[in-house]
Amino acid sequence: MDAVHHIEGRAYPLGLKNVDTDMIIAAEWLKTISRTGLGKGAFAALRTAPDNVFDDPTYAGSPIVIAGDNFGCGSSREHAAWAMLDMGITAVIAPSFSDIFSGNAFKNGILTVILPQDAIDRLIEVAKTDAIHIDLDSQTVTTPFQDRFTFEIDAFRKHCLTNGLDEIGLTLGQSDKIGVFEQSDGAARPWLVPAHA
Amino acid sequence: MTHPTTLYEKIWNAHVIDRRDDGTCLIYIDRHLVHEVTSPQAFEGLRLAGRPVRRPDLTLAVPDHNLPTTARVDAAGHRLPIADKESAQQLAALEANAPSFGIKYFGATAAEQGIVHVVGPEQGFTLPGTTLVCGDSHTAAHGALGALAFGIGTSEVEHVLATQTLLLKQSKSMEIRVDGTLGFGVTPKDVVLAIIGKTGAAGGTGYVLEYRGDTFRNMSIEGRLTVANMAIEGGARSGLFAPDEKTFEYLKGRPMAPQGADWDAAVAYWRTLHTDEGAHFDRTVTLAASDIAPTVTWGTSPEDVVAITGVVPDPESFEDASKRVAAAKSLDYMGLRAGQRMQDIAIQHIFIGSCTNSRIEDLRAAASVVRGRHIAGSIKQALVVPGSGLVKRQAESEGLDRIFIEAGFEWREPGCSACLGMNPDKVPAGEHCASTSNRNFMGRQGPGSRTHLVSPLMAAAAAVEGRLADVRDMMTEEKAGVA
Ligand code: SF4
Repeated sequence: MDAVHHIEGRAYPLGLKNVDTDMIIAAEWLKTISRTGLGKGAFAALRTAPDNVFDDPTYAGSPIVIAGDNFGCGSSREHAAWAMLDMGITAVIAPSFSDIFSGNAFKNGILTVILPQDAIDRLIEVAKTDAIHIDLDSQTVTTPFQDRFTFEIDAFRKHCLTNGLDEIGLTLGQSDKIGVFEQSDGAARPWLVPAHA
Repeated sequence: MTHPTTLYEKIWNAHVIDRRDDGTCLIYIDRHLVHEVTSPQAFEGLRLAGRPVRRPDLTLAVPDHNLPTTARVDAAGHRLPIADKESAQQLAALEANAPSFGIKYFGATAAEQGIVHVVGPEQGFTLPGTTLVCGDSHTAAHGALGALAFGIGTSEVEHVLATQTLLLKQSKSMEIRVDGTLGFGVTPKDVVLAIIGKTGAAGGTGYVLEYRGDTFRNMSIEGRLTVANMAIEGGARSGLFAPDEKTFEYLKGRPMAPQGADWDAAVAYWRTLHTDEGAHFDRTVTLAASDIAPTVTWGTSPEDVVAITGVVPDPESFEDASKRVAAAKSLDYMGLRAGQRMQDIAIQHIFIGSCTNSRIEDLRAAASVVRGRHIAGSIKQALVVPGSGLVKRQAESEGLDRIFIEAGFEWREPGCSACLGMNPDKVPAGEHCASTSNRNFMGRQGPGSRTHLVSPLMAAAAAVEGRLADVRDMMTEEKAGVA
């Protein structure tokens, strides 16, 4: 996973509350074999509205979504995070997130930034014309207009994100220990490797 | 003196690489079985991160869930296409992923292909004292050979592929104790249904089971596989049998099992794998073998069991209020009424197969009932689906295929088949199926399907009678011996 230090760019000024996982990616996409390609189905339910932000060329390819309360509620499908990542979204700013979604987002390297509603309102205004800057190291969101909002983040998650460590990456950090175990266990149980016919 | 430990603790302790303060352990995984449904995104994750599979030599891939069970090659030996696009895609993904990550793969037309949980033991890939995982909840089956085996999700599949480890917390332990001799016509399937009837479908949650007592000691390895397979239906992630002489005899000479001096060393180690005298279990559940009758399910949870001689229970008879509601809903879904005799329930479909009951002993048992008989005219479809290509071949060499076909059954290619509504083998809405599989959930065998879980003997009896029937009424004592 890539290390995240800052994310800068235009942002989808969505603003909507209770964006659920069905809106992010519908159930019909769950039979896929890939976590990529889901971007095509992302936010389909919201895209039926004629003037939606996702089909507005102004925001095409934005790395950030700004949304209302309780983003990512609904099912546990990891596909929601995969779909957003596939669209190029690497951060969501909202007043609150569903626990499962923020866990899935974290697992996939998507930064979830929690800011109060008044900050969200201001950022949505700015996003309509200008880029937004998220700096994970200093835990701030800034705009070209002197706005500066600080946010809290779990220290462990910050450590993982800024070092590009996913759960697998973390375990791989213990590769030496795993190697030592394999060595000694392999000596004790040499019969363990299957005799591949 | 070291304190006495259970079999589970012994296997667990032998696999701990690292222990965190909160009790989470990094556990080494000795064996990983991979099938087409839960692996595509895991392989993709590896590819995106540029990660290899740490131990491809400890991994075995085989397709089973999606494969149609009709002929796979035409007369000229060419592979036949798979009609369902999504199934075809998942199968093609595994076929490409396995070789590209260096993983041994038994393809759709290989003689060794079959249901993962049949193939593992059959190949000697599953060994006592190992940790074994698969992205499938019935992985517990491998506990029959003394492997600590459990199902995992897609993210964990990727974790195991990349690191050969999992982060886990130790479970509690439960002893399932059954002593005595099983009655005439009573099989391991009936034993496990009776156990789940007693513990409830959630009774094993948070536990690893160990099956103890002389009923289990006297059970064949195939019977033990049936029992351990359904640990998850009682809520437990794993169920264990201590390895014994039967286990060693079963494994000896299997293609992937240790050979020569390695074999001797392995057996010497396996002999140490048993629960010590006086070791502590957090819970014990006891049944007497003599109390177990041929058992069938009436509802939509595997705990909804009753003896074949019994009647559909009255939902009001349950003490628990939520169970009363669930039972009423089940009866409605199943189209049954309280008080109806189980033997009066008409059956339209028969499924003999699944990782619970598709091995050679299961097929022999079912064939012993249908030999010289014919399925009832009211049966719309009766499927026999061997658990693997090798089981199929063995059965054919014994003439079992002829017995089934002459009796009116369809003899199919190996796979999960009608165990789940994922491939073309389905039970239509509203129709009743006597099934040797492990789940009777709503819609499990297809939308609206009505499943009755039964043993192979009882599925055969239902086929002949066109209703749920007591196999004991159809068999001589000698014939029952095959169970
Ligand atoms: S036979 Fe059924 S339970 Fe067994 S692996 Fe296949 S789908 Fe799962």
